Amino acid sequence: MNITDISKVGHAGRSVSNNELSRRAFLRAGVAAGGGLMLGLHLPFGSEPSPAFATETFAPNAFIRITPDGNVTLVMPYVEMGQGTYTSIPMLIAEELEVELNKVQLEHAPPDEKLYANPLLGVQATGNSNAIRGAWTPLRQAGATARTMLIEAAAKRWGVDPSACRAERGAILHPATARRLTYGELSADAARIPVPKKVGLKEPKDFKLIGTPVKRLDLPGKINGTAVFGIDVRLPGMKFAALAQSPAFGGRIRQVDDTAAKAIKGVHQIVRLDDTVAVVADHMGAAKKALAALTIDWDDGPHAKLGTGDVLAELDHATQKPGVVAQRIGDASSALAGAATRVEAAYHVPFLAHATMEPMNCTVHMRPDACEIWVGTQAIARVQRAAAKVAGLPLDKVIMHNHLIGGGFGRRLESDGVERAVQIAKHVDGPVKVVWTREEDIQHDMYRPMFFDRLSAGLDASGKPMVWSNRFAGSSVIARWLPPAFNNGLDPDTTEGAIDLVYDLPNLQVEYVRVEPPGIPTAFWRSVGPSHNVFVTESFMDELAAAAGQDQVVYRLGLLDKSPRAKTVLTLAAEKAGWGDKLPTRVGRGVALQNAFASYIALVAEVEVAKSGDVRVRRVICAVDCGIVINPDTVHAQMQSAVVFGITAALHGEITLKNGRVEQSNFDNYQMLRIDETPKIEVHIVQSAEAPGGMGEAGTSAIVPAVANAIFAATGKRLRKLPIDSRALKQPA
Amino acid sequence: MSFTIQVNGKSRTVDVDGDTPLLWVLRDVLGMTGTKFGCGMALCGACTVHVDGLATRSCVTPVDSIGTSAITTIEAIGNTPAGSKIQKAWLDHEVPQCGYCQSGQIMSAAALLAGNPQPSDSDIDEAMSGNVCRCGTYARIREAIKQAATG
Repeated sequence: MNITDISKVGHAGRSVSNNELSRRAFLRAGVAAGGGLMLGLHLPFGSEPSPAFATETFAPNAFIRITPDGNVTLVMPYVEMGQGTYTSIPMLIAEELEVELNKVQLEHAPPDEKLYANPLLGVQATGNSNAIRGAWTPLRQAGATARTMLIEAAAKRWGVDPSACRAERGAILHPATARRLTYGELSADAARIPVPKKVGLKEPKDFKLIGTPVKRLDLPGKINGTAVFGIDVRLPGMKFAALAQSPAFGGRIRQVDDTAAKAIKGVHQIVRLDDTVAVVADHMGAAKKALAALTIDWDDGPHAKLGTGDVLAELDHATQKPGVVAQRIGDASSALAGAATRVEAAYHVPFLAHATMEPMNCTVHMRPDACEIWVGTQAIARVQRAAAKVAGLPLDKVIMHNHLIGGGFGRRLESDGVERAVQIAKHVDGPVKVVWTREEDIQHDMYRPMFFDRLSAGLDASGKPMVWSNRFAGSSVIARWLPPAFNNGLDPDTTEGAIDLVYDLPNLQVEYVRVEPPGIPTAFWRSVGPSHNVFVTESFMDELAAAAGQDQVVYRLGLLDKSPRAKTVLTLAAEKAGWGDKLPTRVGRGVALQNAFASYIALVAEVEVAKSGDVRVRRVICAVDCGIVINPDTVHAQMQSAVVFGITAALHGEITLKNGRVEQSNFDNYQMLRIDETPKIEVHIVQSAEAPGGMGEAGTSAIVPAVANAIFAATGKRLRKLPIDSRALKQPA
Repeated sequence: MSFTIQVNGKSRTVDVDGDTPLLWVLRDVLGMTGTKFGCGMALCGACTVHVDGLATRSCVTPVDSIGTSAITTIEAIGNTPAGSKIQKAWLDHEVPQCGYCQSGQIMSAAALLAGNPQPSDSDIDEAMSGNVCRCGTYARIREAIKQAATG
């Protein structure tokens, strides 16, 4: 694949329009898909050539197109936002299709829930670290199906048995007669072959690509400025808009004085909505300047007095009465009553912003009969539906162009930005690119929820935990985002990492209390449920080891007889970290163990706490069992990435509210970890034959308790709220 | 008002207010979208370009302050010896993830290398700590700069 290919992805000028592709793909899928959301490992293989295709084009399923000129196009059901999916997904297909990766072209999938839903989510979305988990079998099958049909086409042409032919580097060979036909030469014939019901997949020992450090396909355009993110879209006659949304959530505009703003050179129009003012101009420089020149009188609305303390108090209060039981093993209350030692603690975590480096943006061209949208989104079908509603148009009149994403982390699973851009575009003649300033991006994010947790545990005379009880309160993002998955007061995300501990605990009770905070929207954030739960559970497990007077690793190992994969990663991380080796004063090691996103990881953080209380993470050792590895370099990269993301949250991350407004606004007061604060990160991968697990997020949740536990080891101070409060760690004079 | 600026060796004339940040002139007026918007306050480095070879945050650089200085952007940095080495090292080490901040990272790194062919770790910290990467590619950025310095 070359630079221009990926640069073109998502452009309006591409050869196939979204609608056309979607319609074709749907027609082809119709035969076998059977309707409904795909919830199993089901691929919509069609069997009849679609009239919308040139008959010479071979497109056996929604992911592969081969034209007579030999072009192989792979349609990407998951979006590239840095996690390497535009390399690992093509690897799965190419492994079975037998094509060279540098010869394929990639295309963003159009919105189509039937064709491109993630089998694990049931919707077309990229999130929850489940692209590889969802794609592992179906996309290898997609490749194998195409290969099988190409072999059959060649065998027919030559009048030989298909079993005497094999596929290699984009061609079918008949070794006995040294004949060879390329996929392009076979595409027309292959298009007439019925799609086989079952195809064989390679044995892992025969993998050529899977398990190798294939170079990322999306990088060439990312080092020379040619990669096209949503914010880089350019259209003839396009205007630019900056916006000011009500600083308090739920507020409204009372009055706007735009006299000065209108006088600024390059300003075309001021769009006034109920709760937003947008300035439309020739360029963002003029739009931002005019925005600053507006005088807006806001009615702050019903949450005008809201502060973070109010939300925390509500959550704290909610945990004082029983919640919905999310997990129950044995009899926790009796076991607690009989425990030799009882340990109790309360934890809480703050709201967090996503702060993607590419600020929220969306380009919209509203026409009387249609709405065309250019954006980078993790959930293109969801966004299309939301846009159609705002535009007042049927779904097929909303044409979507997806793009490379400059950071998702859950932020771009939401449709709020696109809805806002459509609202503005309805007032604008011609295409308009709406770009959030960094301040708007941070102050009108949808935030990782705040949670409050109460835990108690009982130890026996030897210090072993006999009972574990955890009750926590906070927002359920799933209840809003995917209501059918919220049942009887519970959802699988909010509780992940709390109910599925790797440890053998004979009595356990976990309760969840759903509390939706007023006046602040919540959303998924990298490492989702575990981002909160693993900090709490792995910190508390550390507290139990301390209460038992035992080594933190030895204590955990004693509870892992039923979890060999957890035992392996913990042992490996401890060994590589030199666990137990002596460290200087105020330097400590902390460990965290996690099974989430179907991957087992153990992290050891080595932390130095200055006399001032400032914390520096010096070194992080990661041991990973993520099942079969698709691309080892991506596993390394994602662990490095996730660890930095988690340390950023642990040391700096906190969104606070005052008078209904988010107090943070830019990278000066919502700080990111920088290169000079970045630890040495080592990643050790365990050889595993288990099915692949997710790796995009796991490190983010696990590093946070590893850091908190290391701080405890360095200072004896147990910090039960985030972010780390360095004032609490200051060494007394 | 009309300004003529030198961008990647070419004269470009734009008609904007003098206080318009160079970032928006490049991106929106001249259509050179390789230079990225991140913060608007010189806090993240995504908008870094070279002005007479010096790494400069274009989001806070008014167009009327540039005069005849030579502006180099990510689109042309590969034509400089340091920029070319940095780009190669970036590919060799598979540095970018989402890639959004990488134009700025590469511009900062190229300026560092052009002025200091053998940067130490602390030189790298100093030159690069103004560039935020939310994907956390910092370890690879450091390795890539070191490779470019030796290569």
